[in-house]
Amino acid sequence: MSESGFGILSSGSYVPRGRLTGKLIAETHGWFEPTLKSGVGVGRSFAGWDEDALTMAVEAVRDCMNDADTCAEIDLAQVELASTSLPYADRSNVGILREALGLSETARLVDSGGSLRAASSALLRALEAGRSRLLVASDCVDSKPASPGEATLGHAAAAMLVGTGSPMAILRGSASRHQDFVDHYRAVGERFSYTLEARWTRDAGYRQQTAETHAAAMEQAGIAERTDRLVVSAPPALAKAIAKSLRQDDLGATLSARIGYCAAAQPLLLLRHAFEQAQAGETIALVSIGQGIDVIVLELTARAEQTSLSARAAAGVEETNYTRYLSLRRLLELEEGIRAERDNRTAQAAFWRKHEAITGFIGGQCHNCGTLQFPPSRVCVECGAEDSQSPRRMSELRGTVRSFTEDWLAFTPRPPLIFGNVGFGDGANVMMEFTDVSPGELKVGMPVELRFRIKDFDHRRGFRRYFWKPTPVAGGADG
Amino acid sequence: MAKGIRDRVAIIGMGCSRFGERWESGPEDLMLEAFDEALADAGIDKSGIEAAWLGVFFQEQSTGKSGLPLSQALKLKNVPVTRVENLCATGTEALRGAAYAVAAGACDIALAMGVEKLKDTGFGGLPERTKGALEDLWLPNSTAPGSFAQLASAYATTHRRDIGDLKRAMAHISVKSHRNALDNPKAHLRREITEAQVLDAPMVAYPLGVLDCCGVSDGAACAIVTTPEIARQLGRRDVVTIRALQLSPSYGYEMSNDGWDGSHTMTTRVAAERAYREAGIDDPASEIDLLEVHDCFSITELVLMEDLGVSESGCAIDDVLDGRYDRDGSLPCQVDGGLKCFGHPIGASGLRMAYEIYLQLLGRAGNRQLETPSVGLAQNLGGIPSRNVASVAIYGLADVSR
Repeated sequence: MSESGFGILSSGSYVPRGRLTGKLIAETHGWFEPTLKSGVGVGRSFAGWDEDALTMAVEAVRDCMNDADTCAEIDLAQVELASTSLPYADRSNVGILREALGLSETARLVDSGGSLRAASSALLRALEAGRSRLLVASDCVDSKPASPGEATLGHAAAAMLVGTGSPMAILRGSASRHQDFVDHYRAVGERFSYTLEARWTRDAGYRQQTAETHAAAMEQAGIAERTDRLVVSAPPALAKAIAKSLRQDDLGATLSARIGYCAAAQPLLLLRHAFEQAQAGETIALVSIGQGIDVIVLELTARAEQTSLSARAAAGVEETNYTRYLSLRRLLELEEGIRAERDNRTAQAAFWRKHEAITGFIGGQCHNCGTLQFPPSRVCVECGAEDSQSPRRMSELRGTVRSFTEDWLAFTPRPPLIFGNVGFGDGANVMMEFTDVSPGELKVGMPVELRFRIKDFDHRRGFRRYFWKPTPVAGGADG
Repeated sequence: MAKGIRDRVAIIGMGCSRFGERWESGPEDLMLEAFDEALADAGIDKSGIEAAWLGVFFQEQSTGKSGLPLSQALKLKNVPVTRVENLCATGTEALRGAAYAVAAGACDIALAMGVEKLKDTGFGGLPERTKGALEDLWLPNSTAPGSFAQLASAYATTHRRDIGDLKRAMAHISVKSHRNALDNPKAHLRREITEAQVLDAPMVAYPLGVLDCCGVSDGAACAIVTTPEIARQLGRRDVVTIRALQLSPSYGYEMSNDGWDGSHTMTTRVAAERAYREAGIDDPASEIDLLEVHDCFSITELVLMEDLGVSESGCAIDDVLDGRYDRDGSLPCQVDGGLKCFGHPIGASGLRMAYEIYLQLLGRAGNRQLETPSVGLAQNLGGIPSRNVASVAIYGLADVSR
């Protein structure tokens, strides 16, 4: 392990808990498309109704920060969010992430996209820049029902902190080549990609391109023929073909089989996967496709201490109801009833006054009596002192369920609405909506941790609000 | 030191519309129905009313804002009307306005009217509404049953009571109120139900089934108030007076502090203590003859028995199951059927409760008449357990002939 060097200092990941299996898809669409096979992989991940590329990115960065020192202690020069499915075309998505996590206000913020290679190219830029950068890749692209992508295109996010310190991986070499090769595309405003014939993509496209770019990267890295490990960021069949053409196993196949191919997030997910699976000292080549190819050669200097991505990939909940999956992804419009008609217009001036507290879940801690309270207010609820509260980030606190209900009357895309009072210590109690919890699962006294999630949508005006939601701590009471 | 309004305000006339799904009636019809009864009861001319207070909550979907809906419905000729709103305590708040005006000597005779036209909103339960520009950014999109259901899990935890026992006591509360409503022609829901039906009813918000929830209805109720002296001049002898009228809103503590365990309503405890002091009551369980409480949900009625100090802490389950609050129990609660069977047209409820106590104290409650009650208590709880406005009113029978 290098004591002081420049490279990838830490990494993290997030995989939503939904899994759509080929079996369910084949059962549902078999009447229409008998060629759909149920055998491809275990399934692919899909985001819940209250998740998007941004919320998943926030969780991946939190995981990345847990892995190293907190990012707040690092003077971040740049934060970049790479995705082809960000919620806002004109509102800084990475800016919302920055505020949710309290990252440096002065870092340069970049939303990037436009290609499935967005993250691998961004990683190269970061590794070549020589300054500390946080990179997060996240994608949440939906597929048309009964299309080949439905069974393989997953949703997930991964993050990497690049800078000077004790790197877990360093750059050995790279090569990139752009080709306007239209094997698939998605126009602005379109929900689904249009995909061309897979055999053409494979035989006329990437097999040839990969060989040349891979060879160039090996040469730059000073590696004779091939690295110890290979990961290929491409849809499963193409990834398999590319690995075969390089006469090497794709280390990422085991991950893709569990969560699918997660579009622009895939390159960073695969690297994190390799950091967990490979041995220190091994070299790793990442082949990333998307209108051309990036090949990045890294040397693993320290294996990831936690196999958190493997655990997340294995921890999915298999969906048993196909129309529920469709509805959660808003691919099927159910009659939501009169309670869904409420106008969710946001009073932006009110939001602006409290945006830091809301987006970052920042409470006020009274320096007179020590009481923590949310939302922060001018007057302490316990001792009555005025203007006595200092901001305290509550998003990283553990909470305890104090009361709850499963509300079948309230509108929520996934009934019932489960909400209740959560205690956070130092006197704080907040009534919150729970997420990623099924009816019957919650108990008073359970420990919970927080997730950054979509609170609700204003479909009429194309706006969505974010807030934090508690979820049971994995592993339960002693977790 | 202020003396409060104990026995300084007399109720000389009350009216209450039939509650229910009043598709044929607008709020103006409901108000007139209640007012005609009250005016005839008071035996005064309409022109004697010098000021009025109107309580209505969901003005957007029914009456519109201001005091105008009342002055227009009754054609009160340029009489000052103040519209008030204080969540589910709105009806009591209207009475508070009228009573304070009389007690202050600002006028001789005042009217308090509460009305709500819930069935014009298109919702099965209470309509969706914004919780406020800031609150909408973070508070869950909860419903009333979901918010009150919180009491159940917290109560069971605090008192280490089995949720099954709690559910049985809650069922007893609903069964009791339905039985009481059979004898009330103005109630909305007039059919007997069984404990098994309550326990098997579809879940609305765990552990509240649909029969743990009060009805949703339209209705109006009103009171005409004056001073005991004027009541005597009008030839009255036994009149109902206001012994206490107290209000206690949350200030944010329950919502943001874990010093509140979620198993009770803090505000009711404060309002009750003040009301008992104002009314000169030392032992509410023995000095009060009947209760009308805010049974929006069965669990609410249960915890209120402790908040009002008539059941010991953690013992309301046993008292309820023992039949203590049944019509033939030692402290009858919801003799008229309660919110459970009247439904909860928000602006009207506080006055509807006062109406039942008024009838009972005057011996005019027909088949459901209790034996010579002389003191009754009405309690409202507006909002949700963690953020609410509680009111406690105590009414008594007084001889004003001397």
